[in-house]
Amino acid sequence: MTNEPLQETGAADAATPMVSFRKVTKSYGRLVVLDSLDLDVAEGEMVSIIGPSGSGKTTVLRMLMTLETINGGVIYVDGQPLTHMPKGGQLVPASDRHLRQMRSKIGMCFQHFNLFPHMTALENCMEGPVHVLGLSKAEARERSEQLLEMVGMADKRNQHPSRLSGGQQQRVAIARALAMRPKVMLFDEVTSALDPEVIGEVTNVIRKLVSEHHLTMLMVTHQMGFAKDISDRVCFFYGGRIEEQGTPEQIFGNPRRERTRQFLSAVKEAV
Amino acid sequence: MLDWRWDFTWDILPRLIAATGNTLLAAGLGYAIAVVLGLVLALAQRTPYRAVTIVVREAVEFIRSTPLVLQIFFVFYVGPQFGLRLSPWAAGMIAIGLHYAAYLSEVYRGGLESVPKGQWEAATSLNLSTARTYFRIIIPQALPPSLAGMGNYLVGIFKDTPMLSVIGVAELMHTANAIGSETYRFLEPYTLVGIIFLALSLPTAALIRVFEAWVRRKLGMY
Ligand SMILES: Nc1ncnc2c1ncn2[C@@H]1O[C@H](COP(=O)(O)OP(=O)(O)OP(=O)(O)O)[C@@H](O)[C@H]1O
Ligand SMILES: [Mg+2]
Repeated sequence: MTNEPLQETGAADAATPMVSFRKVTKSYGRLVVLDSLDLDVAEGEMVSIIGPSGSGKTTVLRMLMTLETINGGVIYVDGQPLTHMPKGGQLVPASDRHLRQMRSKIGMCFQHFNLFPHMTALENCMEGPVHVLGLSKAEARERSEQLLEMVGMADKRNQHPSRLSGGQQQRVAIARALAMRPKVMLFDEVTSALDPEVIGEVTNVIRKLVSEHHLTMLMVTHQMGFAKDISDRVCFFYGGRIEEQGTPEQIFGNPRRERTRQFLSAVKEAV
Repeated sequence: MLDWRWDFTWDILPRLIAATGNTLLAAGLGYAIAVVLGLVLALAQRTPYRAVTIVVREAVEFIRSTPLVLQIFFVFYVGPQFGLRLSPWAAGMIAIGLHYAAYLSEVYRGGLESVPKGQWEAATSLNLSTARTYFRIIIPQALPPSLAGMGNYLVGIFKDTPMLSVIGVAELMHTANAIGSETYRFLEPYTLVGIIFLALSLPTAALIRVFEAWVRRKLGMY
């Protein structure tokens, strides 16, 4: 087996952020969920997003994955606007083609895994590479088996999701997303639906990704210890804004804002 | 006393059995049309084009609220006024296929809606096209919960084929009527028709349940 890189090398130069939110606003009716958000994520950076329920964490990831429209501002990925495209010196809503091209840079793992229940673990991983990237079955199989190996699921590759535990399903879901070779990986509370004893098998896979691969990652989590361990930066969301951000040491060791302190002590008590 | 004649029964049985072939053919063809067209109608109601959605929904509602026998008459007798001159078989298949397509589209709609939103989101995150997502991800999962309803309408269409006799399709009922008017004996032909329908309906319902379990197993869904 060849050890192929997990991602293509970036087109943008090192100075351009891999992900960039510029005054991004999202509202549902009169409820403003994100309020003029500015957020840059550098290539290869691991950013954790923490914050109380309803503060807009999931919304940030869903907008990046184009699962949610945006009401104002622009998101740039790899130097290009995500849901817009330049035309005649202006940004106009993106064509389907542009959206698909941008989406190919991003992968996402969900709280409830969302594996395709009628496909085996291996088929789940091969679906995108074969039918979107146009790989041959053999190439897609090799890539998928390699990734299932990496997440420790090679021996279960011919099982359907209904036969797998939550932790196992989530690991397959990670392999499935990686098989598309995204530049940016999004994790939305990927351990929240898991039994405590299997959380470790999923966090270990993410640890491995961080230490061995140069992926850009955005992770929403309620596991403060884990966020502290592996993040380059932690963003604390409150009411649709970034209330405070900084290194894990600073946020967890010496939070400056009162709301951050309150949140962290509330979380600590809950444990 | 009932005047049942066994010699007459044996005489007409071959004719009725031959007509059973036509009944099965009519039910099968009509159902095949309904299965495919019903899916088209269900998917059309999920397009982002509001005009299409509304027109199709109203058409489905219209078909479901008018009697099948009227639709059969309409296609056969009114069709020619629009330059649509059809044989009884063609008119019958169009009418019954369309009628059951409307019902099946509702079954499919329920099945499609039962697929969790997360499946769409996963498909989008993998950049699958809409068509691919429907045919590879959503429809296979919508199938098992639709099978019971699909099975009911298979039995339903089979039992509705006698309505085709009104425009002269030579199925069971039509043949029984013909025997009756030739011989002035109605007891035997109609009884036999009833028995034949019963003998075919009952095992079909059981077979559908077996098929449903098989599909679920095949799709890895338990
Ligand atoms: N489809 C929707 N329609 C209306 N309101 C929505 C919708 N999706 C999210 N919201 C609202 O947007 C706000 C932010 O939601 P979001 O899911 O981003 O929060 P979160 O920070 O991820 O919370 P949690 O920790 O509970 O997952 C919430 O108030 C939520 O109720
Ligand atoms: Mg959330």
